[in-house]
Amino acid sequence: MTANIKEFPGTGLRESDFKDKKVLFTEWSPNARYAWDAGVAIGRYLSELKEGRLIGVRCNRCRRTVIPPRIFCEWCFRPMDEWVPLPDTGTVNTFSLCYVTWDMRELTEPEISAVIDIDGTQPPVGIMHLLGEVDPQAVKIGMRVQAVWKPPEERTGSILDINYFKPISDI
Amino acid sequence: MTRKVAIVGVGLAGFRPLTPEVSYKELMFEAAVKAYEDAGLDPRRDVQSFVTVAEDFIEGTSIFDEYVPDQLGGILKPNVTIPGDGIHGLATAFMQIASGIVDVVTVEAHSKASNVLTLPSIIAYALDPVLNRPLRANPVFIAGMEMNRYLWATGTTREQCALVVTKNKRNALYNPVAAYGASVGLEAVLQAETISYPLGQQEISAHADGAIVLVLAAEGVAESLDNDPIWIRGIGWCNDASSLETRGWGRAIYAERAGQMAYRMAGIRNPMEEIDFAEIDDTYAYKELQHLEALGFCQFGEAGVLTEEGVTGPDGYLPVNISGGSLGCGHLLDASGLRAVAEVVLQLRGEAGAHQLPDVETGLAFGWRGVPTTSGAAVVLSN
Amino acid sequence: MGIRKVAVVGAGMTRFVRRAQETGKELAFEAARMALDYCDLTLDQVDCVVHGTAPDSFDGVHMKGEYLADGSGAWRKPYTRCYVGGGTGVFAPIHGWYHVASGLFDICLVVCEEKMSSCQPHPQGAFLTIFDHTTERPLGPNLLWIFALEMNRYMHTYGLSKRDIALVSVKNKRNAADHPCSLLGDPNITVEDVLNSEVMAWPVQRLDVSPVTDGAVALVLAAEHVARRISDKPVWIEGVGWNLDTTYWTNRDLCYPRYVENAARMAYEMAGITEPRKQIHIAEPYDPFDYKELHHLEGLLLFPRGKAPEATALGITQRDGDLPVCPSGGLLGVGNPIAAAGAMKVAELFWQLRGEAGKRQVPGQPRRGVAQAWGDLMQVGTVIVMGV
Repeated sequence: MTANIKEFPGTGLRESDFKDKKVLFTEWSPNARYAWDAGVAIGRYLSELKEGRLIGVRCNRCRRTVIPPRIFCEWCFRPMDEWVPLPDTGTVNTFSLCYVTWDMRELTEPEISAVIDIDGTQPPVGIMHLLGEVDPQAVKIGMRVQAVWKPPEERTGSILDINYFKPISDI
Repeated sequence: MTRKVAIVGVGLAGFRPLTPEVSYKELMFEAAVKAYEDAGLDPRRDVQSFVTVAEDFIEGTSIFDEYVPDQLGGILKPNVTIPGDGIHGLATAFMQIASGIVDVVTVEAHSKASNVLTLPSIIAYALDPVLNRPLRANPVFIAGMEMNRYLWATGTTREQCALVVTKNKRNALYNPVAAYGASVGLEAVLQAETISYPLGQQEISAHADGAIVLVLAAEGVAESLDNDPIWIRGIGWCNDASSLETRGWGRAIYAERAGQMAYRMAGIRNPMEEIDFAEIDDTYAYKELQHLEALGFCQFGEAGVLTEEGVTGPDGYLPVNISGGSLGCGHLLDASGLRAVAEVVLQLRGEAGAHQLPDVETGLAFGWRGVPTTSGAAVVLSN
Repeated sequence: MGIRKVAVVGAGMTRFVRRAQETGKELAFEAARMALDYCDLTLDQVDCVVHGTAPDSFDGVHMKGEYLADGSGAWRKPYTRCYVGGGTGVFAPIHGWYHVASGLFDICLVVCEEKMSSCQPHPQGAFLTIFDHTTERPLGPNLLWIFALEMNRYMHTYGLSKRDIALVSVKNKRNAADHPCSLLGDPNITVEDVLNSEVMAWPVQRLDVSPVTDGAVALVLAAEHVARRISDKPVWIEGVGWNLDTTYWTNRDLCYPRYVENAARMAYEMAGITEPRKQIHIAEPYDPFDYKELHHLEGLLLFPRGKAPEATALGITQRDGDLPVCPSGGLLGVGNPIAAAGAMKVAELFWQLRGEAGKRQVPGQPRRGVAQAWGDLMQVGTVIVMGV
């Protein structure tokens, strides 16, 4: 290929080509709005969040207790057997210190994203959330954390009803 | 010789205008459970590959295939999403089995149209961003323009198109899963509000939510299961010009070619004689007629006449859309083609209940992806 | 029942650029045209077309597959699009493979295209929508988060340092200097450059990551009887595999890609490979981030878990090493137009196994290679084994 072909197609453009109006372009903002039915499992998850609680589900055949809840066990392919209330504490499974936002704006203070294995799940499984009230350099895999909730009147039934997880101060 | 493939399991959930009590995952799970129960299979043990049909902008999630395996029993197994009509998904599963790499494949398609708040804007987002989108027209104009050209080119009348609506909605009254069964008079259809001349409001199928799961198995496996296998005798699909500016506007060439490919594989020379009934896309009423002609059941301009004469009615020689079609069941977006296949399978098994057609051996299902596409797929099935 | 043999007989690609002047259709056309020219075929001779492209939100067109159909040569032909996120680039030839292996078609044109640059203000933003709309999106997650979470877990589990991992970026960007289509080839880059680059989402730094890119790649697949007629050296597709893990990625240990292993086993079984490390001569694993190459090499069963970094440090994966990995320069060096990137790896194997890779040629007449792509929420593995 490279032995035989001299010229490859494809023309690269630079920012300046646009600023200097050397290139014509059109713009469009999609009008894409959705109202997703939360359904049985996530509907319950959200209403528990509004009450300041975490909830999981359990399959009695494979004996897993998992979060976030789902009506079916994906391993056994059968309906889950029970709702299982869970504590709002857990262990950091992994984390990252992120210095850019989702739309690539820079941050001076990092957002600390993490997967937090929630106590009471079996084997330990987690949810994604943020960490707060912690020095970014002090975060460790294995750190014990606790949810910090919005006050009840501000909760709407959303994952954001938890502001973030913070380190548990006592051992 | 291509390996034979049969449909051995069918599961349906829906179809209703709204399904607020369940998420899409739960709707899919319901259809999957029914399909596996029907086939007598455990997906964790017996199913080797999973094909789902979905489009990101309909789901509101990018890389939607991320969200499918769990509720189908497909985790840690081969899975793929085909952004196409349900029958493109079926074709994919068919080829996977025919290649010999797997023996049992699940195909899934669903619609949660009720969750898409700005559907016309999203369909408009499928238009060419430079040439067509800036016109800011509701994409239904494409159907209006095509219908106009079709009526002019074939001599089909607006009354004949309206008869498709009355037929399909009445058929749907006998189909327990249909969302929009109704006894609608011809005048009511003709006098309905014009949406995009000459297309009237009653001729546009309304959307519904639902999920369909089918299980396919190779010859050798299919016969050992509980149900009578329904064999895929022929399958075909084709795209025509994607650009509005370069496509022909009267004929559905994509349907002609998809049909020809399926018929060639099935050894069918005379569709009208050799096919007993058909489930043919009727997203817009005129499309049923245009597709009937394109699929070789009759000459151009004759489909309307056949409809008037009752040939395509429930007691006719070639019942078309006995299920009610999209007009009667509800339009399930890209899942519509798979709904059509499910209906054909149930009819061929003798399991269609109140709307069962007597003595059927061979059926055709045909799906079209809707505006602005020229993409369609056909499948010929026999018991 | 025997599986019908299928070969790759032609390949073509565009340059991978940050922002292409060409529209998506034009990029697809250029690659498809080149692939057909390569084996002297006209579009009439093509029986079916398959397209692989990743999120519609990049190009900014709903039903992107339909929009790209004409640029891909699918006018009045059977056409389908397949989609498994980043895994698409290696899945598309697999999808094309069973089009031909099924016996339905003899010649299949496979086209992969990506025009990420259309998405404003930055294509990264489109990745927000891959996360669960209810349980994750409200947190404003960034694609970098999920890679960083996985990289951290991998490093923590096996006690790896950034230095071990940065070697991959250095290797690939240097390899890419010899690829005529590459965006980020750099013959002089060092480990220090990588370690000193801006921290984006610790532990991920800027030079650990492949860039947003536009590009297209096309392949021509043919059934055996056709391949032998039109090609002097068909490159056979000996094994295919693909596998998708659970959506619930926060319920999985991210240190090991078991779905890549499953896909690899499926492909190796079909190819009759029992000792991959010995029987495979070139590997092109998916390397959107440097640590991913290592992660995937382990998933491909080419190195024991946690041991790929060591092999890299020993030079085993250099182009003249015992198992060359990403001789193309990979995504880190050539660029990452999501679906086209995976297909670029398949095209690389095609050229390498035919001895036509020019300055990138792996010595010793390699006869068998594996290409792998990955995608979704750390979830899908697609693997193809090719040989001459």
